[in-house]
Amino acid sequence: MSTRSTILQGVGVGRGAVWGPVATVRPAPVVPADEPVPADRAAAKEKVLAAFSAVAAGLRAQAQGASATVADVLKATAQMADDPALREQTGQRIDKGEAPMHALVAVVDSFAVMFTAAGGYLAERVTDLNSVRDRVVARYQELPEPGVPPLPWPSIIVATDLSPADTAALDLDKVLGIVIEQGGPTGHTAIIAGQLGLPCVVRATGASSLVDSDIIAIDAAHGTVTLDPDEATRAAVETRRAGLATLAEAIEDGATADGHRIALLANIGTAQDAERLTDAAVEGVGLFRTEVLFLGAATAPSEDEQAAVYTRALNAMGGRKVVLRTLDAGADKPLAFVTQAGEENPALGVRGFRLVRHAEGLLRTQLGAIARAAKESGGTPWVMAPMIATVDEARQFAAMAREAGIETVGVMVEVPAAALRARDILAEVDFVSLGTNDLAQYTMAADRLLGSLVDLLDAWQPAVLDLVAATAVAGIEVGKPVGVCGESASDPIMALLLTGLGITSLSMSPAAVPAVRFALSRHTLQTCRDIGEAARKAPTAADARAAALALVDPQVREVLALD
Amino acid sequence: MSQRTVVVASRVGLHARPASLFTQAVASSGARVTIAKPGQPAMDASSILMVMALGIGNGEEVVLESEDDGVLDQLVTLLETDLDAE
Repeated sequence: MSTRSTILQGVGVGRGAVWGPVATVRPAPVVPADEPVPADRAAAKEKVLAAFSAVAAGLRAQAQGASATVADVLKATAQMADDPALREQTGQRIDKGEAPMHALVAVVDSFAVMFTAAGGYLAERVTDLNSVRDRVVARYQELPEPGVPPLPWPSIIVATDLSPADTAALDLDKVLGIVIEQGGPTGHTAIIAGQLGLPCVVRATGASSLVDSDIIAIDAAHGTVTLDPDEATRAAVETRRAGLATLAEAIEDGATADGHRIALLANIGTAQDAERLTDAAVEGVGLFRTEVLFLGAATAPSEDEQAAVYTRALNAMGGRKVVLRTLDAGADKPLAFVTQAGEENPALGVRGFRLVRHAEGLLRTQLGAIARAAKESGGTPWVMAPMIATVDEARQFAAMAREAGIETVGVMVEVPAAALRARDILAEVDFVSLGTNDLAQYTMAADRLLGSLVDLLDAWQPAVLDLVAATAVAGIEVGKPVGVCGESASDPIMALLLTGLGITSLSMSPAAVPAVRFALSRHTLQTCRDIGEAARKAPTAADARAAALALVDPQVREVLALD
Repeated sequence: MSQRTVVVASRVGLHARPASLFTQAVASSGARVTIAKPGQPAMDASSILMVMALGIGNGEEVVLESEDDGVLDQLVTLLETDLDAE
């Protein structure tokens, strides 16, 4: 205990701060390859069957305190743990002399194979089956239950890493913040935390030494996790929380102090996200990551299913701008039904728009669904394709989208090739949107999932700023919108710089909007241009940020904890 | 052994909530009941995994079998209801 340092340093997501008790997420247990066959088969079988019952009872108890949606999932999982066929088949295998946990894994796998083959709804239940298996294995080995624990009170989730499924299972009413030891600031846990407005620290080295009884304070603005925070630290956290809450009450459209308009938009992943924005002070959605609809599905959602989701989102936004990004699968977001096995460099492989090379139908179905949603909702969604590298690709996408009946067509600029030739790309489409996370990854040749390369993935890297500026200039020349929808738009200092470069809209997690709105409202367009110029003269990322920060209004620096 | 043939009324078929309600009803009846697609092997009707694995869609026929006629009648009524609508 005494060897633990009091402050863990990581990388913060957002600028929130919070303190509270730790709730640790446990990894899935491992079945030893050399698991012995028990001498007393009857006793082993009894123990496994008791583990099934205990897991089912535990899940039902957990459902009691959960919100309705989470409770339904938990009860359905409990029913699987209690399933007579699962119990019987496992028991029979143990009777025949199989090692108990191997018997369980074999039975679950046989159901998983059957369900996966059936596809659709059944295939999606495989995750639940596997979670039952992991829980029973843990119970049998007398280990704590894996996964996100039940939260009896508001807690800070601490994990090595969270899978998208873990994140989805979080009971948000009781999550104060998230600390993970791995991942990176542009990984999916961080993005989801940002979207939900939860203070989050990633790459927090030493976080795995935290235990359930600990009290910690996390400060996303500084990327710190403080164990046993003293009164002063707790008070500082409360002050920041209150200050940020005040900013969150402002509702005016994005503009500089002298009235130059910059649309402030939200990044979303689901129709529910859009519904949460119905009353929010954002001018629309700048990035609807439609792949969330596809993640975890064993087969592609049908045109009907997709059209229903897009219609819901468009209706929720009620006439405000909505930019949908077509399916961005591959790399860190593999999909069972499209991702090619055996790619050595998936980030450089068949991902994003490139999927059209062997799964064109997938994109056509999606474009058809979006066009239908536009008709049904009376909205006019903008649609853009991810991972465009060439003018030919931009032209091909624009043709497909317009053929489907979509009026406003654009592409993402996240490959340096596209940024360098932005003027030619803009000749084919109506707008472009910069994805700065991937643009940094591809400019700096640094895997965005590698936390250890976080310094290279910095959007302040001069080469990345050059490419952003080149794209902005092309947009000004041809008079077409150039937005930014990467996480860098959520950095208030970067937002000022981007405004100065001529970017026309900033899309970010909804939680980041208040700070950016506040920063913009305290600076003139000329100051933003000065910030852009000063930063672009700097030879390093750190110098660029420092040069920009030096021109930021002192009061803004204080309120937003910018240093 | 009695047998009943019934058409599944639930819009999603015998999946999700309808499958859950059906298998729970079987389990709580205490009777041994099997379910099958016509002409196919019978499965334990109290197992949600088995029932879902049958992949029974809306409007499809299933065959229920049990010693207990009263339980069978209740289950037939249940399957003839659109369990999604409730």
